[in-house]
Amino acid sequence: MARVAVDVVIKPEILDPQGKAILAALQRTGHGGVSAVRQGKHFDLEVDDTVSDADLEEIAGHVLANPVIENWTVRREGS
Amino acid sequence: MTARIGVVTFPGSLDDVDALRAVRYARAEPVGLWHADADLRGVDAVVVPGGFSYGDYLRAGAIAAQAPVMRTVIDAARGGMPVLGICNGFQVLCEAGLLPGALVRNAGLKFVCRDQWLRAENTTSVWTGRYEPGAEILIPLKNAEGRYVADADVLDELEGEGRVLFRYVGDGPHQGNPNGALRDIAGICSVDGRVAGLMPHPEHAIDPLTGPTDDGLGFFLSAVDHLLGAAA
Repeated sequence: MARVAVDVVIKPEILDPQGKAILAALQRTGHGGVSAVRQGKHFDLEVDDTVSDADLEEIAGHVLANPVIENWTVRREGS
Repeated sequence: MTARIGVVTFPGSLDDVDALRAVRYARAEPVGLWHADADLRGVDAVVVPGGFSYGDYLRAGAIAAQAPVMRTVIDAARGGMPVLGICNGFQVLCEAGLLPGALVRNAGLKFVCRDQWLRAENTTSVWTGRYEPGAEILIPLKNAEGRYVADADVLDELEGEGRVLFRYVGDGPHQGNPNGALRDIAGICSVDGRVAGLMPHPEHAIDPLTGPTDDGLGFFLSAVDHLLGAAA
């Protein structure tokens, strides 16, 4: 078994209103040094040895992320 | 002959009953379809209705796009079967790859629920043949993730090929573009005009007794015209 981390974020050219709302809250609470926030998703997967890197790309790029609106990264933990 | 139009129910669907009723108002036979059953029961067209399928987990429509019934609907649509996705159904069709682009969080972050004016742009698709070009209709809109996005090339292609079905219109604080949808797009269709997606809800506007207007009935009548014309 191995752990795999997948991070998904909305593409930079697509408006992220949730990120903007978080940014406004940070600025209200005295964190004026923060100039941008983009909200995303993080997935931890437990996988066995039958799951190849190609399988992980398929899982991340076709299910966990929507390639029309999101970018993603796949990272095997401990490697 | 009576046209048979199926309506899919997923866990979390809300508007399947109204969609079945709209099919009945259009004098077609409504047929309920179940998310876990790949059998389309011999229908001639399919409506994927609104709601919060699978709780909108992961992304709105993402899990539903992988449901057993959708595998069959996708194959049938690629074979030419008319399919209309309304609201969550539009999100499902985009997630399934039957329509380009995606629906994302409203620019204003609010769930928007109101009667919305739309202008007919394409009146030759299977689902919009009953409308006059440029006609303005008033039907309900209710969503939190209704902002249509696609890259500029896709938007240019949709407009160039006349595949924008309806746009948001109207002036004033409660009209116009409700959610930041690119180019005011409320609905689009496939190249052949058989697969359509729309964020507002025509099935809630089929009778002035229960909706703001009966302006939405045209979607269902258009499909019936097409199906009966094809059979004649």
